[in-house]
Amino acid sequence: MAALFYILAAISVISALTVVGARNPVNSVIALVVCFLSIAGHYVLLNAQFLAMVHVIVYTGAIMVLFLFVIMLLNLNKPGGPRKSLAMRLAAAVAGGLLFLTLAAAVRQGVAITPAAGFDPGVGLVRHVGQVLFTEFLLPFEVSSVLFLSAIVGVVMLAKKDKDEAPDPHITGPERARRTA
Amino acid sequence: MTLATALFLLVLFVVTLTVAAYSTYAERKVAAFLQDRIGPDRAGPFGILQPLADGTKMFMKEDFIPAAANRRLFTLGPAIAMITALMTGVVIPWGGELTLFGETFRLQGTDPEIGILFVFAIVSIGVYGIMLGGWASNNKYALLGSVRAASQMVSYELGMGLSIVALVMLNGTLSLGGIVEHQAAHGWNIIYQPLGFIIFLVCAFAETNRSPFDMPECETELVGGYHTEFSSMKLGFFLFAEYTNMFISSAVISTLYFGGYHVPGLDRLGLDPNLTTLIGTAAMFAKTFFFIFFFMWVRWSTPRFRFDQLMNLGWKGLIPLGIANVLITGTVYHLAELWKG
Amino acid sequence: MSDLRPLTTRSRVVSDKRMTLMERIYLPAMVAGLLITIRHFFRRKPTVRYPEQERPRPAVYRGRHVLKRDEKGRERCTACGLCAVACPAEAISMVADERKPGEEHLYREEKYARIYEIDMLRCIYCGLCEEACPKEAIFLTDRLVKADRERMPFVFGKDELVEPMDPARRIDVSGRQTAAVRTFKQNPRYAHNR
Ligand code: SF4
Ligand code: SF4
Repeated sequence: MAALFYILAAISVISALTVVGARNPVNSVIALVVCFLSIAGHYVLLNAQFLAMVHVIVYTGAIMVLFLFVIMLLNLNKPGGPRKSLAMRLAAAVAGGLLFLTLAAAVRQGVAITPAAGFDPGVGLVRHVGQVLFTEFLLPFEVSSVLFLSAIVGVVMLAKKDKDEAPDPHITGPERARRTA
Repeated sequence: MTLATALFLLVLFVVTLTVAAYSTYAERKVAAFLQDRIGPDRAGPFGILQPLADGTKMFMKEDFIPAAANRRLFTLGPAIAMITALMTGVVIPWGGELTLFGETFRLQGTDPEIGILFVFAIVSIGVYGIMLGGWASNNKYALLGSVRAASQMVSYELGMGLSIVALVMLNGTLSLGGIVEHQAAHGWNIIYQPLGFIIFLVCAFAETNRSPFDMPECETELVGGYHTEFSSMKLGFFLFAEYTNMFISSAVISTLYFGGYHVPGLDRLGLDPNLTTLIGTAAMFAKTFFFIFFFMWVRWSTPRFRFDQLMNLGWKGLIPLGIANVLITGTVYHLAELWKG
Repeated sequence: MSDLRPLTTRSRVVSDKRMTLMERIYLPAMVAGLLITIRHFFRRKPTVRYPEQERPRPAVYRGRHVLKRDEKGRERCTACGLCAVACPAEAISMVADERKPGEEHLYREEKYARIYEIDMLRCIYCGLCEEACPKEAIFLTDRLVKADRERMPFVFGKDELVEPMDPARRIDVSGRQTAAVRTFKQNPRYAHNR
């Protein structure tokens, strides 16, 4: 088990670094997919199979597909990309350094890296996840679903056709007359 | 993993490949028979060696990679398609328990608690094979094919998921083995979930890119779709993956809605348990083969949808229907519980 | 307008009216289609498995040519080239030669075709060569040209075209001699043909 963990961890770290470092955006996406899969592997190691599968379905199967979709259509295949200005690079370095500092500080202070309570192998099972979601975390759960609802409504609004749009040229004859009337 | 499991997986692997290979033969035969022809009949008696001949031909052909293609991804595409197609068979219960040499084996690779989600997850990864393959070919038709594949799969996964939600509510488990056992105890799901079954079936056609939803490889519009630039065994892998997916989908349909390896009334005959299991496995395969036949039957009977029709059907037809199905199932289930007291 | 009758009894007037609910559900139409195709599934198949089974060919079938010999076994063709001129596909080519003394048992006329070739891939089996021939030397028969993987074997030379000397193995073309052809041949003006 421990060996498996280290292998997975190595894959996660390397693929995550590749995401940032890869020149070709498609390679970045693939690396990110690999990263997600290895993280799903971590979930399985923790016996949280439900979480692992949902993670794969949602992130790898849907979101990353859409990412890939967009990148393919944008044709960002040229290596390199525009040169960044010196000020931009400086800003990036400072921001990255600060983030690293914060993380380092947090890790240094968080002494208890070993789990405080005993690990319950049943914690990730469907039954347990459902129970917790619908009792302890009911409010956040419902609020987040409202969030999704608003997103859906927004999309529908964006996609809705204008009323006074030109009629469909494929519809001809009496049907067209009826619709335009 | 015990030796027995390893052996079982090996057998499963071989069986899956054989069934996929013979599906290509069956497809041509079924197509021919539906069109008043007799189909391939030259390689061996009734042409049953045709898959071997096809496979040999695929291997002998030149393996061509276009100069403008991205070589690594071009190779990765078919590999992903094939690997993911072969992975899902592991969680499908192919039969009950078999007692050999004093030990009990389940005719199922593994029965995780979230079996059906596993199938979903793997299928959703499978789309990368098509997308990467199509994009890496650097061909506009291939790109259009893979873009279509991606949008089609993402859209129809929703409808499929919704039809499954209702089913899971009824069965109270996500494990495929559990679903079969529930059906054995309470009757097949098709009786309780006819609408869900139709939604699932339509989505299965779209997910496996089978006609009438074979938009990603629509010959009349896109030459060959995502595999336009592929040749030799790379093309073979794509085609093979399609047939493997069809086999697995048929098995999943049989498992979810038609009782899997359960044969009504078989337990009451008082047969030897091993025999019962074997008959169950045979029944499972019979159901699966029927659905494979059904896939082919539909393919050779219907014209292809237009892409916007496909999207309309998915988003405006199947998803609302799926939600309605969930609501109805929930309400009826709750009322039944109340009535029972 | 009303004179325009539909060509078939199965034609329908196309309309773009809104579909009914039944039609929009689509599944009933689908099931109807499936039922149609499954009936074909169980129909008897009309396929003829060619090399093993052959469809009977009529006696007047226009297939592979033969260059006839006369009763004494002499080649009838005199290399006049009329067949080549008549051929719309330009499939026939020949080289003429003069009959040497002592070859009278081989060639009927003083001039004969030393080389006579028909490219069976160009030939469209129209039978015009047969019609053009003043010597009744070339005929189409009900034999088929065998398939091959190369092109050259389809250029048939005299070895494949001329019928065997042996009277027992002559190629019978009497089936192509329909009544009309036979009456035509009674004409004394063409008596030299026989
Ligand atoms: S049959 Fe017609 S096409 Fe063929 S050689 Fe004779 S004249 Fe030419
Ligand atoms: S076959 Fe007949 S037409 Fe042709 S060259 Fe010979 S004699 Fe003339």
